[in-house]
Amino acid sequence: MRKLLIATTAVILTAGASLFGASAAEKLKVGFIYLGPVGDLGWTYQHDLGRLAMVKEFGDKVETTFLENVSEGPDSERSIEQLARAGNKLIFTTSFGYMEPTLKVAKKYPNVHFEHATGYKRDKNMSTYSGRFYEGRYIQGQIAAKMSKSGVLGYIGSFPIPEVISGINATMIGAQTVNPNIKIKIIWANSWFDPGKEADAAKALLDQGADIIMQHTDSPAPMQIASERGKLAFGQDSEMIKFGPKAQLTSIMDNWAPYYIARVKAELEGTWKSEDEWGGLKSKMVVMAPYTNMPDDVKKAAEETETAITEGKLFPFKCPVIDQEGKEVECKGGDHLADGQVLSMNFYVKGIDDKIPGK
Amino acid sequence: MGLLEAIILAVLAASTPLLIAATGELVAERAGVLNLGVEGMMIVGAACGFGGAYISGSIIVGAISGILAGAALSLIFAMMTLGLAVNQVATGLALTILGIGLSGLIGSRFVGEKITPAPHLHIPGLTDIPFVGRILFGEDAFVYLSLALVVAVWLFLYRTRAGLVLRAIGDNHVSAHALGYPVLRIRMLAVMFGGACAGLAGAYLPLAYTPFFIPGMTAGRGWIALALVVFSSWRPARLVVGAYLFGAVTILQLHAQGAGFGIPSQFMSALPYLATVIVLVLISRARTGGSTAPAALRTVFVPDR
Repeated sequence: MRKLLIATTAVILTAGASLFGASAAEKLKVGFIYLGPVGDLGWTYQHDLGRLAMVKEFGDKVETTFLENVSEGPDSERSIEQLARAGNKLIFTTSFGYMEPTLKVAKKYPNVHFEHATGYKRDKNMSTYSGRFYEGRYIQGQIAAKMSKSGVLGYIGSFPIPEVISGINATMIGAQTVNPNIKIKIIWANSWFDPGKEADAAKALLDQGADIIMQHTDSPAPMQIASERGKLAFGQDSEMIKFGPKAQLTSIMDNWAPYYIARVKAELEGTWKSEDEWGGLKSKMVVMAPYTNMPDDVKKAAEETETAITEGKLFPFKCPVIDQEGKEVECKGGDHLADGQVLSMNFYVKGIDDKIPGK
Repeated sequence: MGLLEAIILAVLAASTPLLIAATGELVAERAGVLNLGVEGMMIVGAACGFGGAYISGSIIVGAISGILAGAALSLIFAMMTLGLAVNQVATGLALTILGIGLSGLIGSRFVGEKITPAPHLHIPGLTDIPFVGRILFGEDAFVYLSLALVVAVWLFLYRTRAGLVLRAIGDNHVSAHALGYPVLRIRMLAVMFGGACAGLAGAYLPLAYTPFFIPGMTAGRGWIALALVVFSSWRPARLVVGAYLFGAVTILQLHAQGAGFGIPSQFMSALPYLATVIVLVLISRARTGGSTAPAALRTVFVPDR
């Protein structure tokens, strides 16, 4: 009986393998490496929405695989290599910490194309892509300054890396265009994702007099606390209005679908090239959620700012940018800071009464 | 509401899940079983607790679902370590990994949903007393139930015969067995109590703290509960001190950051753990023949039949 079972299984497996083999030859296999679970409602969730939109676009021309909860650092190398070995021709690695491992695997598999999100290292077969989230932060700063009664904004940061710091600065510069004396209180959660701690941080900020909550961490917990206390907040990564119907002003949403569709299309047509894509409001990689819970004039001003940024008429980091010591930051991008300066930002702008931790 | 009052309220809420989970683990360890799977049982309790509350619309059903889920998972641990005499450390770690995976599976259909959290109590007259009213009578019921739980466990361990037997088994299972006590059965019950508490502690997070479910939302609290048991040197009263101390440092460091004290936040985030280490050192130095680890902790017992 047991032998029979083994034999049957073997037959089924062989048949299955040949079947899959036949169909796989016609399909483009695309792999994804995710940092969190697809249901994190934030960062990874948005990447998966992008994947699903791409699958919908190409139907049975593509076959996708994703690995979720892949921790950053050296361990991720195995997961990336696993996807490469399984015949994926295009692999998206969707977090900063996968940079070195992706580069290593890319060198090993020159015929596979890699796409790394939010990093800065590229290769012949490895592209990078990220969003100009700071553009949305600038708009949020303006809204926050208009909506705040206490004149104190509460900001929950994850880690003091350039992406987060440029977000804080853009918020502050935006807010200062409305209220030059605006204050900001910053609490670092030292985690991307810890709903309990994020909630505690939001409570602490509100208890200390902030009346608008802004976050650069991934869970909807701060939004919920603001909602519970009858205060206002901004979402992060995705639409979070469900968690604060009367609290959410807007949310910066990561929209990867157009990019994933464009890159898979290029791969299918054989025109894929290594590139560096840093898309913002204009390319719709960064999308603002509807402006809600604010008077019409604030909404109108926000929409105007959004249009100005989209049309390239307004730059959040327009020169002169003044740092905390009152010194003017060197202007390398003509009339605004160069991309490289934003990508490596490691200073606070004037008006922030705090220090970057560990600096 | 003053700042101090607000801080105390936040500390109460932050400490509660730690206290519940640690109390359960303390009983299991007192019976001589080290279950490192607290984090796994907590997260499954969170998923099932949220699911129960979401489907039924009742926080109580949610809490019971969490308790049952935690107990069920601990039963697997009991069968492995007590029934099959497998290594407790390895099984506990495996239980955590299993729990994290299982909770994602159970919770996947609840992600993005929300519920009305457990209400804050309001006793007319009492809750309205300035300052102390909100603290003593105005938090959610879990906060006060967790303290009642610790008192009950203390009474059980030190004031009942069954508690004495349980402690005896934890210290010397061979003698207890020789006296005719059902070592494995009592250990199984203790482990299940620990599981039930971990499940409830996990359920507290989506039911009262942050009313939604997201995979991984316990974020290491199960491990802290384990450390607290050692911190308390296996005594319920010290457990309360430890849990609130830990909660207080966690909340205060956030406030210190918001107030802009200029101390690096990375250091602040490490403070609760640093405090644990310091207190551990102090306890071990000051120990004067007091309670130490249960002598039979982690050792396997196979009765001679």
